[in-house]
Amino acid sequence: MAGIITVDDILTKYKGRPDALIDILHEIQDVQGFLSDTSIIKVAEALDLPASKVYGVATFYSLFTVKPRGRNVIRICESAPCHVLGATAIINALEKELGIKMGETTGDGKFTLEYTSCIGVCGVAPAIMINEVVYGNLTPDKIPHILSEYR
Amino acid sequence: MEFYRSHVLVCGGTPCVLGGCKAVRDALIGEIHRQGLSREIKVVETGCLGPCDLGPVIVVYPEGTFYGPVKVEDVPLIVEEHLLKGRVVDRLIARERPAEKEIVKYEAPSYLGPQKRIVLRNCGLIDPESVEEYIGRDGYAALGRCLSQMKPGEVIDLVKRSGLVGRGGAAFPTGLKWEFTAKADADQKYILCNADEGEPGTFKDRLILEGDPHSIIEGMAIAGYAVGADKGFVYIRGEYVISIERMQKAIDQARRLGLLGENIFGSGFGFDIEIRKGAGAYVCGEETALIESIEGGRGEPRIKPPYPGTHGLWGKPTVVNNVETLANIPPIILNGPEWFRGFGTERCPGTKVFTLTGDINNKGLIEVPMGITLRQVIYEIGGGIPGGREFKMAQTGGTSGGCLPRELLDVPMDYFSLAEAGSALGSGALLIMDDSHCIVDIARCFMKFFRHESCGKCTPCREGTDRLYEIMDMVSSGRGRAQDIDLMTELAQVMQRASLCGLGQAAPVPVLTMLKYFRDEFEAHIADRTCPTGTCGL
Repeated sequence: MAGIITVDDILTKYKGRPDALIDILHEIQDVQGFLSDTSIIKVAEALDLPASKVYGVATFYSLFTVKPRGRNVIRICESAPCHVLGATAIINALEKELGIKMGETTGDGKFTLEYTSCIGVCGVAPAIMINEVVYGNLTPDKIPHILSEYR
Repeated sequence: MEFYRSHVLVCGGTPCVLGGCKAVRDALIGEIHRQGLSREIKVVETGCLGPCDLGPVIVVYPEGTFYGPVKVEDVPLIVEEHLLKGRVVDRLIARERPAEKEIVKYEAPSYLGPQKRIVLRNCGLIDPESVEEYIGRDGYAALGRCLSQMKPGEVIDLVKRSGLVGRGGAAFPTGLKWEFTAKADADQKYILCNADEGEPGTFKDRLILEGDPHSIIEGMAIAGYAVGADKGFVYIRGEYVISIERMQKAIDQARRLGLLGENIFGSGFGFDIEIRKGAGAYVCGEETALIESIEGGRGEPRIKPPYPGTHGLWGKPTVVNNVETLANIPPIILNGPEWFRGFGTERCPGTKVFTLTGDINNKGLIEVPMGITLRQVIYEIGGGIPGGREFKMAQTGGTSGGCLPRELLDVPMDYFSLAEAGSALGSGALLIMDDSHCIVDIARCFMKFFRHESCGKCTPCREGTDRLYEIMDMVSSGRGRAQDIDLMTELAQVMQRASLCGLGQAAPVPVLTMLKYFRDEFEAHIADRTCPTGTCGL
């Protein structure tokens, strides 16, 4: 069995490839859950880039986060097609069920609620994404059951 | 080659995946095996079949029987009745709303109606993970013809004569774009496929990539040959997990068969493709922002000119084409420009893939000739408005497109006619809204989106989106002032004229059209402090 992938492993793989910065950040976030200051400085040193540039990229894209998040990240689409079909009620149901507001993480570190831009499943709006899994055709009463799979 | 008496096609597009199609596929394979039919019947996971809200859907060939939504517990019945005994299971046949009309045959004219499938020619018919099935549908024949019988200049000329214009929204003539890059003198050129589909309400590129990834590879290789590029990148949104997986598989297969790599078909021409994964930024759909992102930076647009055609990726001449544009290339090469001009309108030949969303009975993916009217799409294909409500407006082209009222239902849908109506065809998103929705609330939702997605590089867009949202929020909460309508109009015009890229130029389009066609609703919120639909809670 392969060992745990470290930031150093990822940086070795992309040595001398500053154009791969976004791929590198994706991979580090996959293993560590977020992009810490330490990781950002390591990446900058390995690619010979200013840390400000790496931080700038890490904070530009909405899939990256420089703050630790819950184990399960719930991304809610609030684009027009989901809004028209009732996304606001879904947001209210999620906030009520988890006892947190949008942008917050539950006290036990299990869930984070975030907005996302359109996830391209408007044919089954309203939709949310939990980690990499998409749920569509949602109604507020479906929320407790979906969340129970992650509790 | 093995022969099967029947094929069961399971839609493997994202909407069906989240409806549970993988479990249905596995159950079908298991049940077919249990009945001893494994050598007679093949189960194929295919690309999007279209009616996303009926998912998971399956089609049984050769009959073309269309079932959906299919649950795992329905599988034994379908296998026993249909596949073993040859009797169609009426109860499970996919039905169109609202008439609950049966869609018995998937390819029957009564179901497809005015649809014409050129881009989606293989979606829902082949296994997207099998290069052999793509080749079996004339795949890579167009690339072969280009490399063996045509000079690069002839390829460009053919694409120019077809009248194909870019399907990402800007409607720039594709052949002309290729010609600029072909003429540029450089040691290295690039072909980029823009698959950073972020326009809310649009999911066509996702389903094309999931349903027919080889058509994109072939289109890119032909573009590479035409302009003299040997390297391509497909920039796919990070959220599109299945698209990325299938595209990577397709690239690997093409490399293995020598359809990518050096000396393709012994012609001396070489071409290879890499995937670049986005990380969640709407603005990266703008071509120069996309280039910045591939280079590893913040996806902020560049000042144009110079255009990517001469100064693109790493400063080299670069063609950036949308997924749907590239999927059109192989059939145009094989069938000729006159054939392509036989569809659509004089100014906009060919078809357009639309995604139907919102308050409409049949949501999903459709492909129709350019120039079809909004009325035909909504009532002939979309099945009208559900719940006995009335049509209020349709937003064409995604959140950056305009909102059209009932009086404009008969405007032809092509790039130029919609632009003349103050809207845009854009990426092909169609968001239908019924009379229960408040104009101000919807406008506020649009501006909330742009305010978040503005990259912040130029002032008109960064400040303009914020201020427009703020005013809209005030109007929606009963704090609007008499001068706000004029203020929003003026601000919108400044943004259109002064913003650096398409994002800031297009962001005010929905607001301007709503102010034009639904001014009375804004006035009611401001003057009477009432929301005519009761949405805003005034």
